[in-house]
Parts: sequence; C-alpha cells; structure tokens
Amino acid sequence: MSSVHLRNIVKRFGTFTAVHKTSLEIPEGAFVTLLGPSGCGKTTNLRMIAGLLDPTEGAIEIGGRDVTNIPIHKRNLGLVFQNYALFPHKTVADNVAFGLKYRDVPKDEIPGRVRQALELVQLPQMAGRYPRELSGGQQQRIALARAIVIEPDVLLLDEPLSALDANLREDMRVELKRIQDQIGVTTVFVTHDQSEALAMSDRIVVMSNGRVEQVGAPQEVYNTPASEFVAQFLGASNIMEARCTSRANGTAVMESPVFGTLPVPAGKAPNVGAEGPAKLVIRAEKLTLKPRGAEANGAVTVDARVETVDYQGQAVRYFVRAGEVQLQAINMIDEAPFPEGAEVTLHLRPQDCAALPGGRA
Amino acid sequence: MSVEAREARQPWILLTPALTAVTLLLFVPLLFIVVYSFWLSSATGADIPAFSMQNWQEALTDAFYRDILLNTLKIAAITTIVCALMGYPAAYFIARSKGNKALLLLLLILPFWISYIIRTMSWINILGTSGALNTLLVGAGILSEPVQMLYNETTVILGLVHFLLPFMVLNVFVSLEGIDTNLEDAATSLGATRWQAFLQVTLPLSLPGLAAGSLLCFVLGAGTYITPMVLGGPRDAMFANLVYEAIITQLNWPLGSALSLMLLIVLGALVLIYNRYLGMAQLMKGLG
Repeated sequence: MSSVHLRNIVKRFGTFTAVHKTSLEIPEGAFVTLLGPSGCGKTTNLRMIAGLLDPTEGAIEIGGRDVTNIPIHKRNLGLVFQNYALFPHKTVADNVAFGLKYRDVPKDEIPGRVRQALELVQLPQMAGRYPRELSGGQQQRIALARAIVIEPDVLLLDEPLSALDANLREDMRVELKRIQDQIGVTTVFVTHDQSEALAMSDRIVVMSNGRVEQVGAPQEVYNTPASEFVAQFLGASNIMEARCTSRANGTAVMESPVFGTLPVPAGKAPNVGAEGPAKLVIRAEKLTLKPRGAEANGAVTVDARVETVDYQGQAVRYFVRAGEVQLQAINMIDEAPFPEGAEVTLHLRPQDCAALPGGRA
Repeated sequence: MSVEAREARQPWILLTPALTAVTLLLFVPLLFIVVYSFWLSSATGADIPAFSMQNWQEALTDAFYRDILLNTLKIAAITTIVCALMGYPAAYFIARSKGNKALLLLLLILPFWISYIIRTMSWINILGTSGALNTLLVGAGILSEPVQMLYNETTVILGLVHFLLPFMVLNVFVSLEGIDTNLEDAATSLGATRWQAFLQVTLPLSLPGLAAGSLLCFVLGAGTYITPMVLGGPRDAMFANLVYEAIITQLNWPLGSALSLMLLIVLGALVLIYNRYLGMAQLMKGLG
C-alpha cells in the first residue's frame, strides 16, 4: 500500500496534448476516482501510473519512489480492465496464480493464496473453470482477484463496471468498495459515470480536456462545483447570469434577474469577488415545484409554467419557464406530477445555491 | 409447400451453382483420374481400358517414387518451418502497428498480382550466373568469376518460401488480430516481462493461426512442380514433377493418374489429422 504522486505530468501524442500539466496527490489507502467524459485524459493518467504509457514531461512517484523510468512489470500494481482481460486459455485458478509465479512466493503457498483471493471475491467454487464459462460479473471478480492476490501497492481500475448490466453494476459497486475497505489498498478508479464516482470515492478528481477541473470529496464536488463544467457534468444544474452585490459575515449576496436577492453562503461561492458579475448554480433537485400560493417557509419563490414533464417513476424531471428563462427541476413525487402547462411556483432556498465567478458584467 | 419445407430448400437453391461447378469441374475429372489409374498404357501412347493394378503396384513399390515422395515431404516441411520463423515476427509487427496496417497488408498481398511463375523466374535474374548478385560480387572484387547459385535444393526452398510466406503471415496475422492487447498489458502488470507475457499469453493464443498457416504452406509446398522445375536441378524433382513427367512427357496417363492420386491421399490424410485436432474453421478465417 502506497501513496501516488503525479508531479507536473504532461502527455502529448504527436501534436495532440492528452494531459496538460497535472499534479495530483493520492494519499495512502484512499479510493480516488478520476471522473470525466471520454477523451478527458483520465485513462491516459491511469495508464501513465501503470507504466503502460510514458509521460512526456514530469514524474510519477509511488510510495515516495520515483517510478517514471521503471517498467510496468516492476511497479507491483494491480490492474483491472473494462473488458476483464482474463487469459482465455488458462483456468480461473491459473489466471489468479499468474502474478504469484513472478514473485518470490513459495510454490506450495500459491494454491492457498489463490483460494484466499477467490474467497475474497466470493467465487471459490470457480477455480477449475475457464473464463468463457463465467458471466461478465464473475469474470470481473476473477480479474479483481488476480489483481489483488499479488498484494499490489496500488490498485488501478479502468472503468471496471462499464461492461456490466445496470443491476449487476450496482451490486459490483458495493462489492468492490467492500473489498477495497477490507484490504485497504490505495485505489485509483477511472469512470465516466458520476453516480459510481459519488458512491465509491473518498476523493473525486474531475477532469475535462486533459485538465483537472476540481479535486474534492464527493459532497464537496457535488455541492460546491469549482467550474461550470463540474456543475454540469455532475448531476443536472441550472447555471445563470447573476451579480454579487456584497460579501460579508459569511454570506455572498447575489442578485439574480430571475430569483431576485439570494444570500448564498460564502463557502459555496468561494471564488466570487465582493462585487461584480458571477454565475449562479442551482441544482435541478433543489428547485421545488409547488402549487401557486403555497407557503414560502423562508424560500425564494418565482412563478413559472410547466413546459415539459419527463416522468421517471419515483422522480420527475420538469422543464419550466420563468419569465424568459427555461429551468430544469427534478422533484420526488408523492402522487401525480404537475401536468404540462400547469401554473406553479418555484421554491428555492438560498443556502442550496452555489456561485461561480465570471459571466457578463 | 409448408414454410419449413421452403426454408429447408432455400440454402440448397443458393448452393446449386457452386455445387454444379464443383461437381463438373472437380469431382467428375477426379473420377476420370481414378478410372484412368486402373487402365494400361501402350507403347503407341493409346491407353487401353482395363482393370489392372499394374500402375498402383509400380507407384507403391518402386523405391524411386517412395524416395521422391519422402524428399517432397521433407522440402515442404523445411519450407513450412522457415515460413513460420520468418512469418510470425512479420505478422506480429503488422498486427501491432497502429496507423499503417492497411498499407502493410496491401504490400503483403501485392506479389499475388504477379504470376507465381514470373515471381519464381525472377530469381534467375537475381541468382543466375549473369544475375544481379553475381554481377555485384564480381564487380566488387569478392568473386573472381560468376558462381552458379541456382538449381539446387536450397534455391527450391527459397522459391517456395517466396511463394508461400504471405499465406503464413496472413494466417498468423488474423489470429493475432483476434487477441486482445489488454491481455499482454495485464500479464506485464502482474510482473511478467514483455517477452514472458508473449510466451505465456500471445504465443499460445496464436497457435491456431500458426497451425493453419503451416498446413497451407505444407500442402501447397508439397504439391508444387513449377518451383523445382524452374529453380531446381535434375536431382531436385518433387513428386508433382513425376506426375507432370508421366502425363506430359511420357503420355502415360494411367501411371500419372495413380501417382497424382497417391499424393492426393497423403496430403488429404494430413488435412484430416489437422482437422481432427484443430478444426477447419481457423483455416477458413485465415483464407478469408
């Protein structure tokens, strides 16, 4: 188990820069997720940590040791791929034992270590089977067993759940987290799925176009996005022009053409100046639709009209029009959702808003 | 007609043209050859219809034919091994190259656009006494006078390798293409060096392609008569040359028929053994 440190890493392919100058500290034992859309550089970063790619500039340290010029087979890493990458001509037990053969593990200890690893992923009865005889979820557990049996310093997971069915994916998510907690290995997880990232990570690194947009705990990244990209990539957000009029006593007062005066907690508007243009970020689920005339209870209210209703079972997504702006709102529903064309009032608690710098003056 | 009966007939309707061609152009002539092999030839060249074992007896008992058959199989085997050793790295290189794979494959099949006979004869311009290599070596003062490099077993094998190498490369390439590159990455992450990962993972997974390429090289190599005729000396005749000799030169169709059937049976047995252990599906992949 070791920390991972990326120091001013740059990766270029010809003239294309896949990863712009990036520094990142992954503490020992942490579960860190690199999150972003495809092509954002997250997999490139993972492959550089693994040693499958060499960084164009910068250095990589694992456990305080500079491994930039150390080949992959000497880095002692566990690597799990999206497509499992089990050896099709070897049995499950031989797959798991593969890495042990290249380490100083006495021959008679290997079967015990393999059994332990298979028990950890709850598939001890599959030892004699071939990968093609297993389901996708089982194959991914075996791939995980193969990666952790060597007691790696760092576990690298490259979209390990993306090839699985939706239901299985959620089971495996819980399972993967349980195993990681149990062995406590430093884990770098790459995904484009925000719900995986939010559910599993100690820290999330949001990436876009080869740059790190934000690093933080899941709640921090979700509630206080550092950029418009993060606000839009994680969950559904309404982002609109606003103005900061004053900043004092832990409150940044925002003036919105739609919602009027909003006292936003200063901690949720960290980079907004005391006076000037800003952008207001309102999570879709923080915007509540209520019938006209409902009690405000300290919320800011605006009248609006329902334009589109996207019914999703336990929740519903509305597109509403308030004056000239269209907003989206995701509400839990008790009974029937508001119909299209309904006249409603939007309720918003100012403390649920966040603000970003920028926008028109 | 019921739907089931119509659906059952459909494949046969589609197969009819091909089956007709194969029957008329392959099975019927083959049947003629089987019949011919029991006839007798006369000194005048006119064949005498009969049911005689004479040709078969001669083909099967004469040590001359047996030695040439064994030599043919030996040359085909050496050719196959050389093709495998030269073809595998080339196929690996093409399969793992990033951008220019299509160009490399085009270059590989480019020689097929030139007649095999012309490709074989081109070696005379390279290795002949007035060929390029001799001219170069004499010009450079390394040789005082031209040396005959052609017309021996080595040049026969050289010609066969030249002819058959693309078949080997294509077959191995197809099986390497089907192997996920993540497998080698996974192996190296587990502590294997690149070479160990190749030996443990890629090589065993590509063996079906190597076997298919080898079978193709061996069968085509063992059945050739043009290469030994163009590049071999008088003692380098291969089995198909005997068939050619019997039928074209001596006009002894009955004996030629028996000899060609003998080669067909030997090579057919090899194909059956291959099919028993590896299956024809892989070969089809390599050809397609």
